[in-house]
Amino acid sequence: MMLRRPGAVAGVAIVAILVAAVAPWLPSYPLTLLTQALIVAILAMSLDVLLGFTGLPSLGHAAYFGVAAYAVAILTTERQAGFLLCLVVGLVAAAVAAALFGLIAIRATGTYFLMITLALGMVVWGLAFRWVSLTKGDNGISGVPRPDLGLPWSLWGPLPFFYFSLACALVAIVLLGLIVASPFGMSLKGIRESESRMRTLGYNVWLHKYLAFIIAGTFAGFSGVLWAYYNGFVSPVDVQLVTSVETLLMVALGGPGTLVGPAAGAAVIVFLKNFVSVYTKRWLLILGAVYIGVILFAPRGLAGAFHRRSS
Amino acid sequence: MSSEFWIIQTFNGLSYGALLFLLASGLSLIFGVMRVVNLAHGSYFMLGGYVGLSVVWRTGSFAAAVVAGAVAIGLIGIGMERLFLRRLPGQTLGQVLMTIGFALIFQDLALLIWGGDPYSIPVPRFLQGAVRAGELSFPSYRIFIIVVAVVVAALLWLALDRTRVGARIRAAVDDGEMAQGVGINVPVLSLAVFALGASLAAAGGVIGGAFLGVYPGADFEVLPYAFVVVIVGGLGSLPGAMVGSLLVGLLDNFGKALFPELSYFTLFAPMALILALRPTGLFGRA
Repeated sequence: MMLRRPGAVAGVAIVAILVAAVAPWLPSYPLTLLTQALIVAILAMSLDVLLGFTGLPSLGHAAYFGVAAYAVAILTTERQAGFLLCLVVGLVAAAVAAALFGLIAIRATGTYFLMITLALGMVVWGLAFRWVSLTKGDNGISGVPRPDLGLPWSLWGPLPFFYFSLACALVAIVLLGLIVASPFGMSLKGIRESESRMRTLGYNVWLHKYLAFIIAGTFAGFSGVLWAYYNGFVSPVDVQLVTSVETLLMVALGGPGTLVGPAAGAAVIVFLKNFVSVYTKRWLLILGAVYIGVILFAPRGLAGAFHRRSS
Repeated sequence: MSSEFWIIQTFNGLSYGALLFLLASGLSLIFGVMRVVNLAHGSYFMLGGYVGLSVVWRTGSFAAAVVAGAVAIGLIGIGMERLFLRRLPGQTLGQVLMTIGFALIFQDLALLIWGGDPYSIPVPRFLQGAVRAGELSFPSYRIFIIVVAVVVAALLWLALDRTRVGARIRAAVDDGEMAQGVGINVPVLSLAVFALGASLAAAGGVIGGAFLGVYPGADFEVLPYAFVVVIVGGLGSLPGAMVGSLLVGLLDNFGKALFPELSYFTLFAPMALILALRPTGLFGRA
């Protein structure tokens, strides 16, 4: 999709160059928020593969994010594992979780799919919360060190870690862009538009959906790996229902099926959450109002609102 | 394991299942009639508990607390349905995001009004103590919950199966457009069902508040249980909600007693199995 939209590619490149150029002059707090936005943007884009391109509204996407984040947290704090091992284990863990859950979830459609993914997400939350010997339960796992990539710059500094996250986000957006622009991605869109038509045309609809589910889960895992390193702390909050729903909001806000939109939606929500919580303790109230406002006033997301005006 | 263990755990599971029925039957009915996935349903449970708590503090009457909780939250439900959800017919994602928005607002308002401390609703005097049977003792309050759930289930079944309004609701569940076409006022019916579902959840919150407690976060804690009940039983089915509640209550209780670290897993894994065999739940229709 992105390849057919040179405007979007140029836009991403320009934004990336701009933030990369501005970053060294930013104080550390906005820089940290920017880093967070990049990591969460990967999560939002991964969900967009399901929601926007395949038409599957997953309510448990934080599960794959969380599985990978926990894998990294456990490996680094208990085994002092290096970055490459953590990355691979995190991605594989997320992909396996998605492959298992997908077997159950893909059978269902519509509302059932939504509810099943919610319940499966709760399984992961339940394990994180109760399997204390592995996950430390409610206390979470703290003291995750920043990765050592053997570079001259330590990733403990906010600026090098920001560039690292930017590079990761660019890798994710390019890979996801290639996937959704491929013939496979086109078939996903076909399924979104009409499952029965695609089935009649001879496509294996189940397999397409299942692969999309695993791809989305794996990229959510990528985001989870980065999150564990960024935050230095992983807890059941990272896999709870609200995290999954917040990701849905980012996609809905940015405009499903555009990849770039959900990434922007992620940035908006991250900044909004953090700025509002500086000024008032009542940020949940405001966030709730944002949910309702988005649905009432921008049902097709910011990208949709923008398109309507320009066309 | 002694037989006492099995009897007591089964009893506990049944009483928890009874509470879940109060919560989930409304969710299932609401879904059946309106196809709304209501993520604020757990909030009704929590808010009901808080309203009940305030009423108990003022009046000391448990019955007044249940009624006040049910009425207050029923009105909130009416407001939500009438002013907001009705604008989003058939938009599942929109409904999910909107109801979660409400859930967040309710959570924050509850924190603002009642603070962050956990409370417990005092059990009325005549329900304190326990019924003894030989070596075993069964808390009276848990027996009371089971009785309430059985009465509510019987009333719901009678209302749905034996009355004119019930026949209209069943028609709306089967095919809303067709029901509207033959002159049934589906919007008014939807509103009534929504209010009833919210009230039932709130009553469950007051009743549950005496043994689970009333605390911030209760909303999102009970929500997945309600969802699992509805998924297992089948969306929009009253018998499904009954069987699902009992199953989930028992599974959860034995899971927590036998495998404390994996308790959620022991709840959700059988659900996954049931879905693998019957994707629309035990009593649901596609």
